[in-house]
Amino acid sequence: MQPPTHFLDGALGAAAMLDGTVLFLPAEFASRVQFGWTISVHILFAALSIGLAPFIIYFTWKDIRTGSERYARLRSFWLKVFAVGFVMGTVTGIPMSFQFGTNFPGFSALAGELIGGPLAFEAKMAFFLEAVFLGVLLFGREKVSDRTYFLSSVLTGFGAWLSGFWILVVNAWMQTPQGYEMITRNGMEVAKLTDPIAAFFTPRMTWMYVHMINASVISVALLVAGVAAYIVWKKRDAKAWHTALKIAVLLLIVAAPLQAVHGDAYGRHVEDTQPQKFAAMEAHYETGTADLHLFAIPTSPDAIMNPSEENLFAISLPRVGSFLASGGDFDAVVKGLDEYEQNPPVPLVFWSFRIMVGLGFLFIGLAFWGGYLIYRDRLSDSSLYLRAMIAASPLGYAALLTGWYVTEIGRQPWVVQGELKTGEAVSSTLSSTEATLSLAAFVVIYIGLVVAALYTLRWLIEDELDELGAEPAPDDHWYGPIPGVTSDD
Amino acid sequence: MTNPLLLPVDTYLVDSLPEIWFGVIMFALAMYIVLDGFDFGIGMLYATREDDHDRETLLAAFGPIWDANEVWLIAFGTMLLAAFPDVYSRLLADNYLIALGFVLALLFRGVGPELREQREDESWQRACDWSFVGGSALAPFLFGVLAGSWVFSVGAVSLPAILTGVGLVAVSAVTGAAFLAAKTGPALAGEMRDLGILATVAYLAGVVVLLAVVIVTDAGGTAGTILSIPGIAIVGLSVVAGLGGIVLALRDSYRAWLVSALALPTLLSALVALLLYPAIYPATASGAELTVETAVVSPLALNLTTVLGFPVLVVVLWYFKFLYGVFSGPIEAEGYGA
Ligand code: HDD
Ligand code: HEM
Ligand code: HEM
Repeated sequence: MQPPTHFLDGALGAAAMLDGTVLFLPAEFASRVQFGWTISVHILFAALSIGLAPFIIYFTWKDIRTGSERYARLRSFWLKVFAVGFVMGTVTGIPMSFQFGTNFPGFSALAGELIGGPLAFEAKMAFFLEAVFLGVLLFGREKVSDRTYFLSSVLTGFGAWLSGFWILVVNAWMQTPQGYEMITRNGMEVAKLTDPIAAFFTPRMTWMYVHMINASVISVALLVAGVAAYIVWKKRDAKAWHTALKIAVLLLIVAAPLQAVHGDAYGRHVEDTQPQKFAAMEAHYETGTADLHLFAIPTSPDAIMNPSEENLFAISLPRVGSFLASGGDFDAVVKGLDEYEQNPPVPLVFWSFRIMVGLGFLFIGLAFWGGYLIYRDRLSDSSLYLRAMIAASPLGYAALLTGWYVTEIGRQPWVVQGELKTGEAVSSTLSSTEATLSLAAFVVIYIGLVVAALYTLRWLIEDELDELGAEPAPDDHWYGPIPGVTSDD
Repeated sequence: MTNPLLLPVDTYLVDSLPEIWFGVIMFALAMYIVLDGFDFGIGMLYATREDDHDRETLLAAFGPIWDANEVWLIAFGTMLLAAFPDVYSRLLADNYLIALGFVLALLFRGVGPELREQREDESWQRACDWSFVGGSALAPFLFGVLAGSWVFSVGAVSLPAILTGVGLVAVSAVTGAAFLAAKTGPALAGEMRDLGILATVAYLAGVVVLLAVVIVTDAGGTAGTILSIPGIAIVGLSVVAGLGGIVLALRDSYRAWLVSALALPTLLSALVALLLYPAIYPATASGAELTVETAVVSPLALNLTTVLGFPVLVVVLWYFKFLYGVFSGPIEAEGYGA
């Protein structure tokens, strides 16, 4: 048995090649960081569109049906956010599809037959739909009938959900590939499509789609709730925003528990199909019976970089890991990480998973707290709740990103599970200089993009407060000291 | 093996399906450089406008349509990946910095106008304007270099590739000017006409220089094809469309000018197709020549993409008709008129 090697060891060990005075990264390492970084930014905007779609549709419908000022206000505010997010999603999405060719040509050449179809359907069915009808939604209010206008909102939202579907067909295939056979074409090993249904509806597909869509809805509901709470905090009688807060909380009450229940079952599916990834999620090194760690707290700094049974204070269910993996046998042997030649970076996967699950439970708590306040009809009066929701507004995104890190980093060293290693997918003609240059450009430009998006949100909120006639009250910070129990709580 | 659509597994739906797909991909390329071309043109011409009202008018023209136009690029790329995956991966891997530089230019072009309207602050708006103009000029240039490097296989840093880039910039300025002339009021249209004529002359001159260079150096062995009958026909038609466009513009028949202007990028993609075929990727450092026949995916995959993809493509063309119908009126600074 070989000592387990760390997937990143080689990359990090070689990470610094000194060339003259400039530091260049190895092409493979730079490509992977670049892909991970760019998709992390893209997914923020994609999830914004997916999660905001139901809000936009609802506000548009209510606006048209009731003609009430309240919904018109909410529709126009969130449509502006949607528009900015959509543009950012578009401009960051195109680099994603290009990188399949520029950085991972081995992947596109091997899997082209399997992934090309879904990606082309995504462009033709979803992107065109979304782009065309968003044009109508943003600029056509006066030019089309109410009906066409409402339909445009539905089609735009449907486009966002559909593009999520097709891209996840691709990603799910990479996790649990099937419906193909390996052949040689032009002297290269390539995957040939043999069964489209099997290839599109892989075992992972439905798990991923439900979990991702629901995650986007949760993230955006938290964002909407946070913005609403902030505006209410600044301007207590902003009626429209009471409504927005309530709708977001109601949505959370449904979506947050669903995510945990679904995630639990999803975990068992991962254990069945990708045991190595599951072992990394649980830091299960040695083959044998496995416990299930519900919570884990590092007991020494070492645990952060190298979590294992010894240095964690964990609340664990003894042998439940075995029980779950085998479907009922507490003594079942679960393969540990030391059985594999190459492993994913365990700490990243282990801690990412814990952050996601921990946040998931936090959201359930926030949702139920909000439910209780709605029941007592005090949702918009509780300062403490408003402040908690403001603070929680970015956390959905944190859970969403960490969840993806579990999925993608946990799959390493494979890019197509069991078929193609990431190292083999990377371009052989790519030089360190090129890869480092492009990585640096993407880092700088995308940070600028995210900052610009955040400023835009801030300006929109300020404009909204101006219109509502909120008094600027400089010392009244929502993040001020947490009060004891005050009369309004 | 489940095969729900009863598609043939070992034979193409029709024998020439690979060639048909080559044609469809070239059609998507043409749609892209025609439609996003006039968006690029609007962006470049924006630099010539000092007046705020004019600028707003140009942005109003650009706003509702650019994003849908840009999707043709994705359609082109993903269909190339679906039908000829090796070509996709080699085209992009061989031209790494050009390809990524291009998508970053698109990024600046896209976010500039979107962010500009969020803030009434002069230096902010100036920065956004730069992003819009710079991205609009750089994107067609780099895309042209990419196409030149593909067709002439002499690398991106070569005269033929760079001249192709310059050509695409010029032709985008032509279509942008014609589009604006046809859609705005007389004052602006007159200026657009003059700029458009200038750009047409530059484009035709650029084409002449490019062809001279290619024929003399026989870059990528394409000289023979250019001098063949179809090659001469395409070049000849371009000259006719260009000069005809100038005449129409001078007579202020802007709609007719727009039609002739749109013919220019269309002919350019026809030239790309002609120079490539029957190869689809020339021999480069990354491997041997690929032809349509050798690079195409297996029958089942292509049949599936055909059966699921073609009907959708027809629907997409209908959407475009709808979109351009909604925004067909003349443009004013406040948006589209009725
Ligand atoms: C708001 C975001 C969010 C929240 C609150 C949760 N998740 Fe999650 N999770 C995601 C967002 C997410 C995701 C969108 O990031 C992932 C990545 C891939 C996917 O399908 O969804 C994911 C993946 C993912 C995976 C699969 C990893 C893989 O494919 O290898 C598991 C097992 C869980 N989640 C389990 C859970 C559990 C038990 C949760 C308990 C509360 C939970 N998730 C909450
Ligand atoms: C469904 C679409 C997706 C596809 C087709 C896809 C594909 C890939 C590919 C080709 C790589 C490069 C190989 C590697 O280094 O692992 C990769 C890596 C990565 N992806 Fe994904 N991905 C998808 C979605 C996502 C999403 C939504 C995220 C989330 C933010 C994500 C995060 C990452 C990260 C962080 C890496 C780097 C992993 C590492 O270097 O160890 N991916 N993915
Ligand atoms: C590596 C993987 C990915 C690639 C290659 C990719 C590609 C793209 C492209 C090219 C666009 C631009 C479309 C346009 O112009 O309208 C886009 C937008 C979009 N993508 Fe991705 N994408 C990836 C991952 C994801 C994931 C994981 C999701 C969500 C599940 C997603 C959801 C969306 C959505 C909803 C849009 C529409 C734009 C928006 O609403 O912000 N994408 N993507």
